[in-house]
Amino acid sequence: MTRIFVPRDSGALSMGAEAVAVAIATEAVTRNQAVTVVRNGSRGLYWLEPLVEVETPAGRVAYGPVSVEDVPGLFAAGFLTGGQHRLSLGPVEKIPYFAKQERLTFARVGITDPVSIADYEAHDGFKGLRNALNLSGAAVVDQVTTSGLRGRGGAAFPTGIKWKTVLNTQAPQKYICCNADEGDSGTFSDRMIMEGDPLVLVEGMTIAGIAVGATQGYIYLRSEYPHAARALDEAIRNAYAAGYLGASVLGSGKRFDLEVRIGAGAYICGEETAMLESLEGRRGMVRYKPPLPAIAGLFGQPTVINNVISLASVPIILDKGAEFYRDYGVGRSRGTLPIQLAGNLKHGGLVEKAFGVTVRELLYDYGGGSHSGRPIRAVQIGGPLGAYLPESQFDTPLDYEAFVAINAMVGHGGIVAFDDTVDMAKMARWAMEFCAIESCGKCTPCRIGSTRGVEVIDRIVANRNRSDNLELLRDLCDTMLSGSLCALGGMTPYPVLSALNHFPEDFA
Amino acid sequence: MTAEANAKQTWSDAVAGVLRAHKDRPGALLPILHGIQEAIGYVPDDAVPVIAEELHLSRAEVHGVVSFYHDFRSTPPGRHVLKICEAESCQAMGSDQLVQHACSRLAIEMHQTSADGAVTLEPVYCLGNCALSPALLVDHEVHGRMTPAKLDRLLDGLRRKA
Repeated sequence: MTRIFVPRDSGALSMGAEAVAVAIATEAVTRNQAVTVVRNGSRGLYWLEPLVEVETPAGRVAYGPVSVEDVPGLFAAGFLTGGQHRLSLGPVEKIPYFAKQERLTFARVGITDPVSIADYEAHDGFKGLRNALNLSGAAVVDQVTTSGLRGRGGAAFPTGIKWKTVLNTQAPQKYICCNADEGDSGTFSDRMIMEGDPLVLVEGMTIAGIAVGATQGYIYLRSEYPHAARALDEAIRNAYAAGYLGASVLGSGKRFDLEVRIGAGAYICGEETAMLESLEGRRGMVRYKPPLPAIAGLFGQPTVINNVISLASVPIILDKGAEFYRDYGVGRSRGTLPIQLAGNLKHGGLVEKAFGVTVRELLYDYGGGSHSGRPIRAVQIGGPLGAYLPESQFDTPLDYEAFVAINAMVGHGGIVAFDDTVDMAKMARWAMEFCAIESCGKCTPCRIGSTRGVEVIDRIVANRNRSDNLELLRDLCDTMLSGSLCALGGMTPYPVLSALNHFPEDFA
Repeated sequence: MTAEANAKQTWSDAVAGVLRAHKDRPGALLPILHGIQEAIGYVPDDAVPVIAEELHLSRAEVHGVVSFYHDFRSTPPGRHVLKICEAESCQAMGSDQLVQHACSRLAIEMHQTSADGAVTLEPVYCLGNCALSPALLVDHEVHGRMTPAKLDRLLDGLRRKA
């Protein structure tokens, strides 16, 4: 029985993978060929999706991008035994884009059947959890601290320190909340993990629960990700059936339950306290801090809140050791970052690399330059609250501190490229407009400042009282930066000011 | 029974069923609102007091949640919902033109429903398909590398479908 892999990843589906999977199964029946179609995650080489892989005695070989019309030709070319076809790509591991990566968190994505416990175990799955069950909670937290892992959602706060606070806070009930409200434009690594290797998130959350003494986990998933919801639900069901979740995880006597909760299309719910409000059934209004969620979080109880990638990086740390993970990276940015290449790029996709790779390498060596063929003029890194970088800053290495030094942020590692047709005044205006649309309304600088910001930029572009309005815009940005309750109002000035500082000609 | 009363009976049964299934969960309101919208396509204003009473909340609290989140709607949508991504990555790949094209083809603005009731047009801010921008969502299906020509074929299909 030949195994054929056709991704169930929503990016692949957006290019027709579902129809391709059906066509392959149907054609196999017609030709009396015994095949099993496995619905894997995406390898992250999106310009080649739908990317179909065939398992041959000589290893897995890939074909792509495959359309329904190509299917009979692939069978005729003998693709079941690795036959040559104009869509032949050879082994994915030999494609330079993939070969040059350092896949730790994404080690299994695209390789395994995402919801199969047996497949997960056969690829080092649950080894980290088994190790964690033999350690004290404090020892697990120590491993995470020593690894140098920092919050991959964007804030880059040391994960181990957060866990330690929850571990040391006594309470009748503690929670693990996974922030899967991946709303930043240009980011999709959370989605790829949840669709392509959801069990690694289940394992990471279970380890977190056992480490800090939390018995209930919630994954707060954005509603825009229905395929991720399906994969997570299947994975959680299978993990319960295999004894990895429930009243006694692997017979340890330690309970951990896990549930997916769906958001409702509010960007602000990616802010951790707004997410807690939403989970509790209310409007996603940002809370004042303190108290920190680690001390009084969900339903007033100590709560670990981590991004998907942070939690999905924990199993390999507990499996291979903190030092193994820490040995990747530069400076205080340890380990790897799953970087997402997006926007106007020829080769958009997922590139997991140790910290230290430069923006230029990512845009040209991996991204292949712009999709339109025109020069890349600006890139926005870290989502809608991230700064715009001009070409002169493309040699900046991906490193939290190096980005802070140029008033930018790595954030969740999404890179959106724009070619030279971009109007940066329009992008600055959009940043303010987006803030106005998504503001929770609790604090004045964000709620009102964003609307005033749109108006001021309009006046600048219309050349009305230009110098006064430029001063007013900077003053307004200063108020938003210092006076907002959370990062939405507090960081909207980053794209606005970087556009103004690096591309003043667009505001003329 | 009048048609209107009939419709109301149908949705109140659906609301009661959803409430029964979810009301004892911690933080039940969002799962309940999703359940109702899944069942009948929107959250009727008249359902708000019913939900409030069942969850021991004020009507204002329930209304506040319904109106806060982009996903929840208080009126029925068209037969299909088309959400075009307007976030940065899709803007970098021409989503503005796509939005203009959709508006002119359907002869509506964003947040409106075409005259034949087939398509409701809405913006969405990121579908996580940024490596294949521009992207859009038709009901629950994402489409990548969208072009005006591909959008025309999609719209023709939606308007033919009941």
